[in-house]
Amino acid sequence: MSFATEVVISLFLLLGACFALVGSLGLARLQDFFMRLHGPTKATTLGVGGMVIGSIIFFTAGEHELSLHELLIALFLFITAPVSAHIVGKAALHRQLPCEVRTKNVPWGNDGGKDSVDTN
Amino acid sequence: MSSLAGKKLFPHKLLSAFMLGLWLLMNNTIAPGHWVLGFLLAWAIPFFTQSFWPQSMVLNRPLLALRFLLLVLWDILIANVQVAILIIGPRQKLSPAFMRIPLDLKQDFTITLLANTISLTPGTVTVDLQMEEGYLLVHGLNVDDIDQAIAGIKQRYEQPLKEIFECSNP
Repeated sequence: MSFATEVVISLFLLLGACFALVGSLGLARLQDFFMRLHGPTKATTLGVGGMVIGSIIFFTAGEHELSLHELLIALFLFITAPVSAHIVGKAALHRQLPCEVRTKNVPWGNDGGKDSVDTN
Repeated sequence: MSSLAGKKLFPHKLLSAFMLGLWLLMNNTIAPGHWVLGFLLAWAIPFFTQSFWPQSMVLNRPLLALRFLLLVLWDILIANVQVAILIIGPRQKLSPAFMRIPLDLKQDFTITLLANTISLTPGTVTVDLQMEEGYLLVHGLNVDDIDQAIAGIKQRYEQPLKEIFECSNP
């Protein structure tokens, strides 16, 4: 494997890792439940995507034949991640979890009362 | 067991094609033997389970479907970067919002696809589906203009999906 290929592979791995990190950061930093829900959907799209591309290049270059079954990881994640996010979100909606005060259009009404999360 | 008479040989062509592709990818080969085995499985499984699948999907516009797939992948890339900036940046500036997206789609499968697409493109997550009233409840991480965002999603994702899958039965 040439040096250039190794650089490209590492770039993709780093890119994937960065987005997974940002997704996790979002999970820790954002204020209310619904905003935190955005974090994990991020990590699974570009985060896993970058690593899968890195893996495809690594095994294709290393074994001199096209290796594509990594794509299935991305495919199944793309199918399951939105479903789990939907179910978790639906449960939160059912329980009417407190929303950040600035949230517009809250279905059960957000009067900024005691149920709202104080950002300060 | 009920008789197999009257059943179609290929009840779900799209599912069969998908399964053949899946089989070849899983074995990571394009050897002729796996084509044969994959083809057999792709025929047999949809054929014997056809009563479990209520609707048969037809790809009306394959080229548009490919364009839609590339568009979604591109949007995932762009929106990921935007949302990453949002997450790292000052969080007081975020203006989250719930959006009700009225549905023009009629079939379960296309609605599922639309909801999944919305969840996959970062910045928006589908939280609820109201079939009776016909809307999707979507939570956006940073929405400035709700109406504009709804119109954007409808035009960008729902319109192509409608053309790809539902044109034949309006």
